[in-house]
Amino acid sequence: MSIDMSQFYQTFFEESFEGLDVMESGLLGLDVGAADAETVNTIFRAAHSIKGGSGTFGFTSVADFTHVMETLLDEMRDGSRMVTTEAVDLLLKSVDVLREMLTAVQSESDIDVEHVSSIQKKLEVLLHGESTDAEADAESEQSISEDSGASSWQISFKPLDYLLKTGNDPVRIFKELSLLGEYEVECQMDNLPLFADIDPESCYLFWDIKLSGEIKKEQIEEVFEWVDEDCELNIELNGSSEDESVTEELKPVVEELKEVAPVAVETSANVTEPTKKTEPANETSLSIASTQEKVKPSTTKKAVSTDSGSIRVSIDKVDALINMVGELVITQSMLGQLGERVDEDSLEKLQDGLAQLERNTRELQENVMRIRMLPISFAFQRFPRMVRDLSGKLGKDIELRLLGEQTELDKTVMEKIGDPLVHLVRNSIDHGIEMPDDREAAGKPRTGVVELNAFHQGGNIVIEITDDGKGIDRDVVFSKAVEKGLVSENDNLTDEQVYDLIFAPGFSTAKEVSDVSGRGVGMDVVKRNIRELGGNIEIVSAKGEGSKITIRLPLTLAILDGQLIRVGGDTYIVPLVSIIESLQVKAAQVNAIAGQAELYKLRDEYIPVVRLHNVFDLKADSEVLTDGLIVVVEGDGQRAGLFVDDLMGQQQVVIKSLETNYRPVDGVSGATILGDGTVALILDITGLIKLSQQERIEAA
Amino acid sequence: MTEAAQTAEGNIGIEINAEEDQYLTFIMAEEEYGVDILRVQEIRGWDNVTPIPNTPKYIKGVINLRGTIVPIVDLRERFGMEGVEYGPTTVVIVLKVIKDDVERIMGIVVDAVSDVYNIDAAEIKPAPDFGSVVSIEFVSGLVSIQEKMLIILDIDHVLNSGDLEIADQVKG
Repeated sequence: MSIDMSQFYQTFFEESFEGLDVMESGLLGLDVGAADAETVNTIFRAAHSIKGGSGTFGFTSVADFTHVMETLLDEMRDGSRMVTTEAVDLLLKSVDVLREMLTAVQSESDIDVEHVSSIQKKLEVLLHGESTDAEADAESEQSISEDSGASSWQISFKPLDYLLKTGNDPVRIFKELSLLGEYEVECQMDNLPLFADIDPESCYLFWDIKLSGEIKKEQIEEVFEWVDEDCELNIELNGSSEDESVTEELKPVVEELKEVAPVAVETSANVTEPTKKTEPANETSLSIASTQEKVKPSTTKKAVSTDSGSIRVSIDKVDALINMVGELVITQSMLGQLGERVDEDSLEKLQDGLAQLERNTRELQENVMRIRMLPISFAFQRFPRMVRDLSGKLGKDIELRLLGEQTELDKTVMEKIGDPLVHLVRNSIDHGIEMPDDREAAGKPRTGVVELNAFHQGGNIVIEITDDGKGIDRDVVFSKAVEKGLVSENDNLTDEQVYDLIFAPGFSTAKEVSDVSGRGVGMDVVKRNIRELGGNIEIVSAKGEGSKITIRLPLTLAILDGQLIRVGGDTYIVPLVSIIESLQVKAAQVNAIAGQAELYKLRDEYIPVVRLHNVFDLKADSEVLTDGLIVVVEGDGQRAGLFVDDLMGQQQVVIKSLETNYRPVDGVSGATILGDGTVALILDITGLIKLSQQERIEAA
Repeated sequence: MTEAAQTAEGNIGIEINAEEDQYLTFIMAEEEYGVDILRVQEIRGWDNVTPIPNTPKYIKGVINLRGTIVPIVDLRERFGMEGVEYGPTTVVIVLKVIKDDVERIMGIVVDAVSDVYNIDAAEIKPAPDFGSVVSIEFVSGLVSIQEKMLIILDIDHVLNSGDLEIADQVKG
């Protein structure tokens, strides 16, 4: 067995992290007292897969830790242990620890052993009831691992008939066993049917194996790791007669059995009576294994962790692509045939063919775009845990509602929207929802509701974060803004403008700074991030009734609506979202300051004029403002009038990166290819305004 | 060109020696330069480019190469030679440039392509500072072929220095 295991590490980690997500969401969904058996099962299976995988890859600390969790989960599963809040909390913490461990293993750094063992201790205490037991347990574990003297094992291995179909081969298991020590195997053929009835793909044989040598039970278990769900397995120590040693050795056996057996087994407190032990345990192991649901390695279609460069795509989408390409090939060969002999009749056919080609191409493009689309549940899935933790910490009762989880959006957008969303939800919980008593006093139910809703609207995805908390106090926001010098006391602002102040840098209205939110960094960052994605954010709030934050984002970063503009012989593209209006210049409204900066009076506002031909050093048709047009643009809250020669059409453009083969260019966010095959640059308005300010400073 | 083409007949078609690499050569200001042929993606005639604002003069602009945006560098101007009017022989050689495991596609404008030679690695001599117009740092070696001198360019360095450096290095 000299396979290089490391090639599978990546898959293992991906699957394990997915498993952890499954466990986490499962645990959060558990109702204390009346746990849904299927949910517990799901959590158990995820834990089991992680244990199996980590054991196989030799990450023993992870496997050991998971084993304890698994035992606890197993007891919950078979109903011998109640699902308590305490247990769920501990399991959630364990999931965190496990995630830390896996991350540490993945990055080949050290595992925080103390933290791990403290949680593991807690798990064991919970598992074995009293603390004295835990100590005893720790001791016994120690003695087991130290016990490496010569021992003789009796293994009964009875595969279920479908074992071979799962790709496992008993011969290989025996080979592995033979490496451990001296072994003898006896084949039992009692179950062998008549020759005519034999299904060649089924396994009818079972085996008794004697194994002797310096072997630890774990080593044997490891060999059977991947088949222990598909067989009845009993590993016993031979010939030990002394009570005490039986206890020691049986303990893991019992635990192992419990793992295999979904029916109630005595809790480990009983293990101290060794004489009673062996019989019932054996019985259970024989009778129940067949009822066991087969544990599949995590098959949940969950996406990869956000930092990895890979993406999981559903088969449907890939099949659709393959179909599409098939069509394309057919169209191509049709056009090819037409091209071989061109006469007048074929002209019509040619046009048909070209139309078909166009359709195919467009569909193909749409489908390829869909590959990058993921349901927003990937961004939402972290919230149940977060809300649970926060409400515990703050002493608030909060119900989280997630709607529209299947709404799809581009993976890149998803990655960038995650953190802002976390911040907004934290804010809603921290500042929005009141304490239960306050809520009751205000005539509201004690439990506050935070709702996340996602849906498509036009070419955008809209995410709404709604809470039924105390809402935003307009006056508090306003006086705070005055205090911070953001606005003047005499300013007459609309509600909208007041709420918008929340996004101003350095603004925080929380009376106390908690570690949840209220540091005053964040909301401005949230707004900036959303702006960078080409989206916008707005708040609606009613005092005492709650607030609603609406985020609008483009579905994809790959395509944008652009306005083509012309300066001299060059064409540029201005993103339509940053254009406010375009107008012809009236000479009277232009003011030159110190002969350098030009300001244009737009109604009651002065905006700086950015001459694109100056900033980019181009040759314009005319440098006289009245000859051209001013496009009023806004970037990062700043407005400017972009002076251009002419406006051309509007069209959707596919964004291409300049950085792939060159590097970022100031004032340019990317490039695109126009219908005639030439390249046009897409302007970055924020960068452009900065660039013109710099030039002005340099010129001055 | 004709003379070069004749010698090429002798070269092309012979068995490729394991020790030998093939080089594409091109002419610039009467001198012949060579680049590793495996780096050459394609050769195309000069066509209009889209200029990039606020970049050095030797960066002519970008073109659309089947959907990718590829910057075009005038090699004469890059080396500080006098630029010339582009004529019918002016070509763009599209090259793969590798630096720090980052692959980029770039085009260079040269006067004309010349030939393909098989060159034994041992024949390439280190370049002395011979006062060529091309700064010695961009030359990886010299080879003489039929009494002609061929300058082998270190294309990864030429197209990865100055304003052409990889983005994050510029930032850092």
